[in-house]
Amino acid sequence: MKIAIITFPGSNCDQDCHRSVELAGGSPRYVWHRETSLGGADAVIVPGGFAHGDYLRPGAIARFSPIMDAVTAFGEEGGLVVGICNGFQVLCEAGMLPGALLRNESLSFQSHHCRLRVERTGTAFTSGYRERQVLGMPLSHADGNYYADAGTLAVLEDEHRVLFRYCDVQGNASADANPNGSLNNIAGIVNARGNVLGMMPHPDRAIEAVLGSVDGLPLFESLVGTVAREEVA
Amino acid sequence: MSRFKVEVLVTPRPGLLDPQGKAIHHALSSLGYDAVEDVRVGKAIYLEVAAATPEDARERAEEMCRKLLANPVTEDFRITAAEADGAAP
Repeated sequence: MKIAIITFPGSNCDQDCHRSVELAGGSPRYVWHRETSLGGADAVIVPGGFAHGDYLRPGAIARFSPIMDAVTAFGEEGGLVVGICNGFQVLCEAGMLPGALLRNESLSFQSHHCRLRVERTGTAFTSGYRERQVLGMPLSHADGNYYADAGTLAVLEDEHRVLFRYCDVQGNASADANPNGSLNNIAGIVNARGNVLGMMPHPDRAIEAVLGSVDGLPLFESLVGTVAREEVA
Repeated sequence: MSRFKVEVLVTPRPGLLDPQGKAIHHALSSLGYDAVEDVRVGKAIYLEVAAATPEDARERAEEMCRKLLANPVTEDFRITAAEADGAAP
């Protein structure tokens, strides 16, 4: 269960993702952005950070890194891809996920613990969670304000492609619980086929008790478990 | 081949929330500029492009906008091109 972690100049959560995959029982390996092959990886993680300094727009330059052709092709073939924080921004810029991540409505960099509601279980990424489970994990971004045009948003909701929504402790997706102005409190979505996930909060920073939360670990366990089942099948 | 100065203006699409514009609008209002009804913030990108004609330079810039300089989901762009040695944009 080899899981490729793409490292761009400016990535800073690649090691968090490496540790997450290890703890979930997978075999992580770093793939430098100038590589052109994923080296037979079974799944891909695009980690958080500030790839290429986030110049122009977050993810805008990273999407043209040489490795991204392989990542795009992998996703199109149905391979599992997870983009976390900056990784989500990269996947949107690359057209692998719909919409865009705008500057936070508050204009401030948000760096704090947040709550997420699991909107759908049984996916490749959420099989380790319960329906409507409330998760706690950190978020850390300036541009996490999810936007898509009304038509796209309706399709995302109709097809149940919002996997995570910002919520309060009780699980209400209220305006107060929305840290960045994201439409419909969207924190994480999948593509139409369901094999590409993008999310702003950091499950990779919630994998050990010492970090204050272990709510992110089941996501990596779901991912590793899905890959393992595919290998058996 | 001539050298053209190309100015690319990238602006948030109409109707899209522009928190920077909102913050500036608020600041202007508190300075007493009550006549300001709306503020939108974009960015200007200046390119120097070698091309045969201004149309050619503009076409190249348009391609760059579609590919990289603007995000079609959230941004519009406007391009002006002028000979580099002439009046600068």
